[in-house]
Amino acid sequence: MSVLEVRGLRAGVSGREILKGVDLRVESGEIHAVMGPNGSGKSTLAHVLMGRPGYEVLGGSVLLDGVDLLALDPAERAHAGLFLAFQYPIEVPGVPLVDALIAALEAAGRSTEELIAEMAGEAERLGSSVALLERHMNVDLSGGEKKRNETMQLAVLRPRFAVLDELDSGLDVDALRHVSRRIEEVRRELDPPLGVIAITHYKRLLNELRPDVVHVLSSGRIVRRGGPELAEELEATGYAAYREQEAAGGSAEEVRGLP
Amino acid sequence: MVLPSSFTGELVRSLGGPEWLRARRLAAFARAREAEVPTGSEEIWRYSRVADLHLERFTLAVPSQPDLSGLASGDVSVLGDLFSPVAATGEASSSPVPDRVAAFLGGVGSRSALVVTYGGRVVALEAASHPGLDAGGLEVVELSASTRRPEWTESTEALLGSVAGSFLARWGTAGGADPVPALDLFDHLSDALASDAVVVRVRPGAVVEEPVVVVHLFGPGGVLGPGGALGAELPVEERPGPAYSCRTVLDVGENAEASVMELLVSDDGPMLVLPTVETRVADGARLRHSVVQQLGRATWQIGHVFASAERDATLRLFEASLGGEYARSRIDSVLTGQGGSAQLLAAYLGDGDQMHDFRTLQEHDAPRSTSDLVFKGAVGDRSRSVYSGLIRMRKGAKAANAFQTNRNLVLSDGAHAESVPNLDIEENDVRCSHASAVGPVDEEQRFYLESRGVPRRAAERLIVLGFFRELLERVPEPVARHVVAAVEERVRDMTETMT
Repeated sequence: MSVLEVRGLRAGVSGREILKGVDLRVESGEIHAVMGPNGSGKSTLAHVLMGRPGYEVLGGSVLLDGVDLLALDPAERAHAGLFLAFQYPIEVPGVPLVDALIAALEAAGRSTEELIAEMAGEAERLGSSVALLERHMNVDLSGGEKKRNETMQLAVLRPRFAVLDELDSGLDVDALRHVSRRIEEVRRELDPPLGVIAITHYKRLLNELRPDVVHVLSSGRIVRRGGPELAEELEATGYAAYREQEAAGGSAEEVRGLP
Repeated sequence: MVLPSSFTGELVRSLGGPEWLRARRLAAFARAREAEVPTGSEEIWRYSRVADLHLERFTLAVPSQPDLSGLASGDVSVLGDLFSPVAATGEASSSPVPDRVAAFLGGVGSRSALVVTYGGRVVALEAASHPGLDAGGLEVVELSASTRRPEWTESTEALLGSVAGSFLARWGTAGGADPVPALDLFDHLSDALASDAVVVRVRPGAVVEEPVVVVHLFGPGGVLGPGGALGAELPVEERPGPAYSCRTVLDVGENAEASVMELLVSDDGPMLVLPTVETRVADGARLRHSVVQQLGRATWQIGHVFASAERDATLRLFEASLGGEYARSRIDSVLTGQGGSAQLLAAYLGDGDQMHDFRTLQEHDAPRSTSDLVFKGAVGDRSRSVYSGLIRMRKGAKAANAFQTNRNLVLSDGAHAESVPNLDIEENDVRCSHASAVGPVDEEQRFYLESRGVPRRAAERLIVLGFFRELLERVPEPVARHVVAAVEERVRDMTETMT
């Protein structure tokens, strides 16, 4: 079993603190949803976990089975078992997806023999066209195709933990079902089973991908934790309550009395 | 008079060829003696290295005529003696030339003709049905042979210099304020040193299925000087390098179609190479012309392409500039007929102290003509590149379209790329766009690849290759494959020093 542990993570961009002390502990096979209003720091959390340039870590630690991810460059984090599904996958002109995956697997000392067949199999499961595999990374793909593509990469790279940054944004119902079902299957297929941090604004991703824990992020802090019912509640009431707290400048932690 | 004393009329005359060619050379030599060395104060030489060119480091050379007929059957071992390790460096490293030639010929596969030049002179010529004239409508001729075949003399004599001449005539009447000189010292020198030319003529209506392949080799052989081998008394490193001309004429008749692939390679000694290409694509004809420049690292290239496309003609020109110490290509294209189109593509990659220098012209002198230029380059180490391009829309070029894109990747702190797009528009009813970019490898793209587990250097390598591959998808496949392989090899070594 693996553990991903985020402790007191503080981070920002150009001197402005966005994450003000985030704690998360995810074990293999668990699905954690991180929900919150726009601007609460959800995407920053995803970027900082993967090591995106431009973000400064101001404090705290991120440990994957005791290894400090923050000391590693992004590729090393990937080899340690972390995967980030991008909210907006980047177009890399002229670079076929398969070339990138071969380079990634080789760097991790893994075999690439089955890669092409696996990719084709994943494309089929995801309702994606096998022809897309020939294309350059994300170039001229629709929003839905890009998200299927992210999911396919997740499946062939077989990480220990996957951070899904707004995987549901821009997806139609059909694509959302394909993508979330496949992630759910991958979660169970892998050994140890995949741990998931699903960052989302809406509940609809969580209909297929049932969370064990729901965290509410507001103003850079986790202000509430609960079971799947918390997602239902947020769907019904929205994030207004959290926005008001932000506006009032109140400390969410005190209000909610988190441990 | 800026030419060194070793450049004499007597030597120019003795370079060989038919009598009319000797006369032509002497006339050009007289013009060269009158011309000044251009300076960086002229716009078309701005940012260039012309101030670092020391003509006295070079001398006229009569190339030897090695027997390279074995190349036709793919035997590159015949190049072994010509391109042996360079004595000047004292290092016993093997020349990359035979391998490059083998890779190029192997990659191209079947061809309709193969021409090999050495020091600008045709040394081997193989056509599917030689000599020259055949039922397929393709003529491949070496000028020097026209002494043997008098029936060729008349047509080739008229052809050599005709496209360049037509440009002169056009620009001469275009008004006095033209910022771009039509011809300069190096054009005259290229003419004055031309002992031969490769002439490819496609008869009207002929469709030549397989490419015509031209390999230009430049080696140390036969350096001339007063009393024979110039500088034989000097230490090896002080001996002047040979100056060579290299002429290609492509004449594609009405409604004909052909593809020409050229490779330029030289050994590692100092050398001056002056290639001139004249291209005419007649009404409705289609030409794909691909040039791969893999000259040695001490070679200076100053080249000039004159290309004209007539009514409804299509010219697709690609140049890969990989080698040379300083490699300059001036590419002037003129669309003279309604509906004509030109696609101009280039890929260039510099490392060490190399410099690649491109000057382009897209001139539209006819309605509904289209030109599309995409030049992409990368500079590593302390290398430099210049792209300077002009779109010129003449009055009357109604509904013409011109696009110009120049993108540059800067791979290290010490490298530098200039990009200078220009427009000169005399007609209202036209559409033009230009875009230029100079910058490092995109950080977001690199992060995306890294997040999949691709290490940083490998990610940069993939991105640089992808940058070129995107362009090379528009290039004939064998040429694209050759260039990708060459770029891959270079980038692998280069990324060690990327910032």
